[in-house]
Amino acid sequence: MTQAVATHEQYEADFRKLQESRSSDPGWLKDLRNAAFGRFQEIGFPVARKGNELWKYTDVRPLAAETFPQPAGVPASVDAAQVFPFDDGMARVAFVDGRFSQELSTPLPDGLVAMSLAQAYTEHSDDVQRHLSQHAPYADEGFTALNTAFLADGAFVLSEGAVQTPLHIVYVTTGRVVTHPRTLIVGRPTSELSVVESYVSATGGKHFTNSVTEVALEEGAQVTHRRLLIENQEAYHVATTRVHQSRDSVYRSLVYEAGGGLVRNDLTVLLDAEGAEAHLKGLYVTAGKQHVDNNVNIDHAKPHGYSRLYYKGIVDEQSKAVFGGLVLVRPGADKTDAYQEDKNLILSHEAEVDSKPALEIYADDVKAGHGATAGAIADEALFYMQSRGIDPEQAMLFLVRGFVSEILDSVTIEPLREWLVERTTQALPRFREAA
Amino acid sequence: MVAEKKPPVISRTSEVESEYKWGFVTDIEMDMAPKGLNEDIVRLISRKKNEPEWMTESRLKAFRYWMTLEYKEPRWAKISFPPIDYQDAYYYAAPKSQEAAPESLDDVDPELIEAFNKLGIPLEEQKKMTGVAVDAIFDSVSVATTFQKQLEEAGVIFCPISEAIEKHPELVRKYMGSVVPYTDNFFATLNAAVFSDGTFCYVPPGVKCPMELMTYFRINAEGTGQFERTLIIADKGSYVSYLEGCTAPMRKTNQLHAAVVELIALDDAEIKYSTLQNWYPGDKDGNGGVYNFVTKRGKCAGRNSKISWTQVETGSAITWKYPSVILQGDNSVGEFYSVALVNNYQQADTGTKMIHLGKNTKSTIIAKGISAGKAQGTYRGLVRIMPGAENARNFTRCDSLLIGSECGAHTVPYIEVRNPTAHLEHEATTSRVSDEQLFYLMQRGINEEDAQYMIINGFCKTVFNELPFEFAMEASQLLKVSLEGAVG
Repeated sequence: MTQAVATHEQYEADFRKLQESRSSDPGWLKDLRNAAFGRFQEIGFPVARKGNELWKYTDVRPLAAETFPQPAGVPASVDAAQVFPFDDGMARVAFVDGRFSQELSTPLPDGLVAMSLAQAYTEHSDDVQRHLSQHAPYADEGFTALNTAFLADGAFVLSEGAVQTPLHIVYVTTGRVVTHPRTLIVGRPTSELSVVESYVSATGGKHFTNSVTEVALEEGAQVTHRRLLIENQEAYHVATTRVHQSRDSVYRSLVYEAGGGLVRNDLTVLLDAEGAEAHLKGLYVTAGKQHVDNNVNIDHAKPHGYSRLYYKGIVDEQSKAVFGGLVLVRPGADKTDAYQEDKNLILSHEAEVDSKPALEIYADDVKAGHGATAGAIADEALFYMQSRGIDPEQAMLFLVRGFVSEILDSVTIEPLREWLVERTTQALPRFREAA
Repeated sequence: MVAEKKPPVISRTSEVESEYKWGFVTDIEMDMAPKGLNEDIVRLISRKKNEPEWMTESRLKAFRYWMTLEYKEPRWAKISFPPIDYQDAYYYAAPKSQEAAPESLDDVDPELIEAFNKLGIPLEEQKKMTGVAVDAIFDSVSVATTFQKQLEEAGVIFCPISEAIEKHPELVRKYMGSVVPYTDNFFATLNAAVFSDGTFCYVPPGVKCPMELMTYFRINAEGTGQFERTLIIADKGSYVSYLEGCTAPMRKTNQLHAAVVELIALDDAEIKYSTLQNWYPGDKDGNGGVYNFVTKRGKCAGRNSKISWTQVETGSAITWKYPSVILQGDNSVGEFYSVALVNNYQQADTGTKMIHLGKNTKSTIIAKGISAGKAQGTYRGLVRIMPGAENARNFTRCDSLLIGSECGAHTVPYIEVRNPTAHLEHEATTSRVSDEQLFYLMQRGINEEDAQYMIINGFCKTVFNELPFEFAMEASQLLKVSLEGAVG
C-alpha cells in the first residue's frame, strides 16, 4: 500500500522511544507491541479503497498523510464540569492525553475494579493476559495494529456481582497529539455493569484518536456499554470495539456520535456461545464537513443467539454519513434471530448518506432480516404541526427530537439522557438558535 | 401464419427429470478460429462478419484496453473460481454450413433446425410459435430470425447484430457502447473486442411491437466462449417486450459466457426484458458448467420512459450479473424482478443497480434468492440517488430462502443518497421454508415434496407474475427441475 513515508518514519521513531521508556513493562507486553508494530509496517493504513469493501466509502488518506506528535510533558489541567458535564452520579476513571489522571478520577463502588491498565499489568496480570489483545486481533487491521504497538496505558475494568453505579471512562485530548486509548472491560460470570466510554476534546484543532476497546462477557454477564464521541469537529477519530460474548450473556450498546471530523467506528460483536443476546443502538448526527462511518458486524457463531441492531442518523450541511452493517450467521448457528435497521434523515441538499446493511447467512434454521430507509422529514408531518399553529422551525425541532428519541430513550441514566438530547440538537447548526 | 398456439418453451415432460435435459451436443462441422486471443483473432472475427473498418477499429481499441487490464477480473463479488486461461479458448465458432449467410430458412442446415427443435424452439415456417419472433443464435452466429417480414411491416428492425452493423450502421454507431462503454468492466471490455453475434432491435416512434421478440442462445462447441451483444432501442412512445433464453451442453470443463446487453428507451418508451437463464450449471459435484459473467444495463434516456428487467436465473455454475437502469429522463421508471436459484455447487452474485439522475424517478427492486445443496447465492444491489434527482423513490425487497444447512444466502445492498427529497425503503429477510406453512399444507393431504414446491412457487410469485405467460409456466417448471434432490 502506498502512503506517506514520513508518517511511517515518525511512528517508527515514536515506537522505539516508547519501547525504551517502558523497559520495566512485562516481557509479554513488549513482545506484543513489537509484533504489532511489525504487522503495522507490513499492512499500514487501509488507504487503498479500490476493491476494499470495508473502506469503500471512507478515505483515510488525509489522516495517513499527517503526523501527530506523541503527548509530552505535563498535560494541561482539565475542568471536568466544562469538558464533560454529563457524569453526575457516576464513578469516573479519567485519562488526559492518553495518561491516567488520578486527579480527575473518583473513588469506586464495591464490586467494581477500574484502574489504569499500567497498574493492572501487575495487579490483575491473569485477567489482563487472558483478554488483552485476544478479542481485537491486529493481523488484518492497520489501526488496531498501531494501537497495539503503542499499548501502554488505558483503562482496565472488571465487574463482579451487580454494580449499581455506572462507570464513566473518559479520554480527554488537550492538544494536537495522537493518542491510542486502550480499554479492556471484563464482565465476570453473572455480573452486571454499566459503562459510559467517552471521548472529548478540551480544545479545538486537529488531533488523532485511535482507540481500541475490548469487552469480554463471561457466562451470564450483562454489560451496558455506551460510547460517546463528542470530540471537536476537526478531530480524526478511529475506533475499534470488539465484544466477545459467552453463554447467556447480554450486551447492550449505544454508539453516540456528535463530534469528530473524520470518524470511523468499527464495532464487532461475537456471539460465541448459545443464548447470547446483543442489543445495539446507534445515533450519528453530522453537520459541517464531518464524515462519520459506522461499521458494525454481528457475528453469530453459535446457535440460539439473538441480536437487534438499530442505528439512526441525521445528516446536515455538507456532511456525509456511512453505515455498513453485517449480520453473519455461521454454519450451525441455528435458531439465530437477528435483525438490523438503519434509518437516515437527510436535511440538506449537499449531504450524503451511504448505507450498506448486509446479511451473510450460512445456516438455514434462522430468522434474519434488515431494513434501511433514507429521506427527508415527511412533508405531511410538518404540515400537520403547522396546521396546529407550530412554526416550521419549531415543528422541525420537534420532529428531529422525536426521531432521535427512539434511540436515546434507551439511556436509562436520566441526566445523561437529557444532556444527550440537548447535545444532539446543538450539533445541528440550524437548531442552535431555535433551541 | 400458423394458428396453432405453441409456447416459446423448452419441450416439457410430464414427470420431472433430474438431469439437465438440454445437455445434448449437436454433432456438426464447425468453422473455428484458432485457439487464443490476440489482435489477429480480433481482426479475424471482424473479417468473418464482413464488418466495416470502423467496427474492426472499435474492436481493436477495446482489445488493446483489455490487454492493459492484465487478465485481472473483478474479484469483489462473493464468488470464487480458479484463474481463467483466456488464451486457452476459442473465440469464434460457427457451423460450417452457415458460412454463407442463408437467404431463407430453406438454406439453413437441417441439423441446426433439428437442434433448435429439440430445444423447443421450432424455426420452420409451419411450426413457428405464434406471437413470438425468434432470433436463434448457435455459438457465434445467428442461425435464423423468424417473422422478420411481419416485423418489417410494422417498421420494427429485428435482426442479428452482425446484420445491423451492415445495414443500419448509423443506429449501431450511435447507440452501441452508449450505455455500456468498452471501458466499463473487464468482461464488457472483452466482449467489445470479441463479441460474436447477438440481437439488434429498433422500434420506431409510436410503434407498439406487434409481437414478443425472443433470442435463444445456444452454446454447442467445446472450449468456446460465447460473447453475444444485444442492443435494443425503443424510440419515442414505443413499446417492446423481449425474451431471452439460453442453454448449453453438459461438459466437464467450464465455459465462459460474457455478454453485453444495452437497452435505450427514449421519451415515453417502454422496454420489458425477460430472461430465463438456464445455462448448464455443472454436475452434482460442481464439475463443469457455464461462467455467466454478463453486463446488462438499460438507460431511460427520455422523459417518462420505463425499463423493466425480469430474470429467472437457474443455470450456470457461476453467475455474475447486475441488470441495471440509469434513470436519466425525468419521471422515468426502472424495475428489477429476479428469482435466482442455486443448487449443488452453484454460485450466484446477482442483483441490480438503479442510478437515479432525473427528477421524480422511481425504481422498484424485488429479488428472491433460493439456495440449496452446497450453493452460495448473493443479492448485491445498488440504489444511487444523485443530487439532481428530486423526489426520487425506491422500494427494495429482497428475500432469501435456504434449503438445507450447507448452503448460504447473502444480501448486500448499497444505498447512496445525495438528495434529501429522496425516499428510499429497503427490506430483506432470510429464512427457510416455514414449518407452519408446511404443516398446514400437509395436514390437508399434500405430500411434503409438493408442499415444498408450492411454498417455493408462492415465494417467487411476485416475480413470475411479471413474466409473459408462457415464460412464467416454464419458469416454475425450471425451478422444480433445478431443485430436484434438494427438496422433500
